[in-house]
Amino acid sequence: MNDSYDEAALIARIQAGDKAACGQCIEIHSPAIYRLGLRLTGNEAEAEDIMQETFMSAFKAIDSFEGRSSLGTWLYRIAYNAALMRLRRPSPAMVSVEETLSYETQAIVPKQLFDWCCLPEEDFEDEEVRIELEDAIQELPESLKAVFIMRELEGLSTAETAVALELSKGAVKVRLHRARLWLRERLTPYFAARVESLEV
Amino acid sequence: MKVEMCQDMLGDLSDYLDGQATEDICAEIERHMTNCEDCRIVVNTFEKTILLYRDLPQPALPDTARQRLYQALDLEAYQPSS
Repeated sequence: MNDSYDEAALIARIQAGDKAACGQCIEIHSPAIYRLGLRLTGNEAEAEDIMQETFMSAFKAIDSFEGRSSLGTWLYRIAYNAALMRLRRPSPAMVSVEETLSYETQAIVPKQLFDWCCLPEEDFEDEEVRIELEDAIQELPESLKAVFIMRELEGLSTAETAVALELSKGAVKVRLHRARLWLRERLTPYFAARVESLEV
Repeated sequence: MKVEMCQDMLGDLSDYLDGQATEDICAEIERHMTNCEDCRIVVNTFEKTILLYRDLPQPALPDTARQRLYQALDLEAYQPSS
């Protein structure tokens, strides 16, 4: 998010009905809102719909924005709620609520104990690894994914993420830690296979 | 992962790697790692996992999606040229 502008002035202009200010807000925040939608849903069309819904809702409700958080954090919150509505839509591909909760509540104990850090650095830099990482992030349990995306990929602070997701700061820290452990566990067999293929 | 000490260390791992653990906890983790091969592997691969996803390129907002956003909001006249 671009913080090097007068946010309070921009909000006041949007509240006064200044359409150029709405355009400015879109230019500043739409890439991040699109990325959030894309990473939460894994679908470009859904991400675009979420982005449109977010800005429509935000401009409609801008008079009620009290500045308790930054504009960016407020938009993230609207976008997250829009994504959640879609993710909870019945779909055969969706995991059940029970499964999601069990993922969240169970302790993530490392079972994969293979040291794959010995792979040559160029092996971590190819396109296949990038796709594997994106797939792994997509597969994160829903309850961990939003925290992970906001904290680690969008660079929000623990406090900002807590506001955007209506969680306590402690819950954000715990979920981020679990997401990292989950990803390590998920990626280890993949990298272990690459190490083994080098040794053959 | 076999003993309680490993579990304690695991709980502090994010704080340790984010530079938010106390000196005492850092010293305890480092001491534990010298004697526990399993934990050393977990710490190394945990840290590498973080480094890898932080290096991922950010997906870009397609120009067409941006244009449709302005259209949906009836703000086309205010769209800067890209």
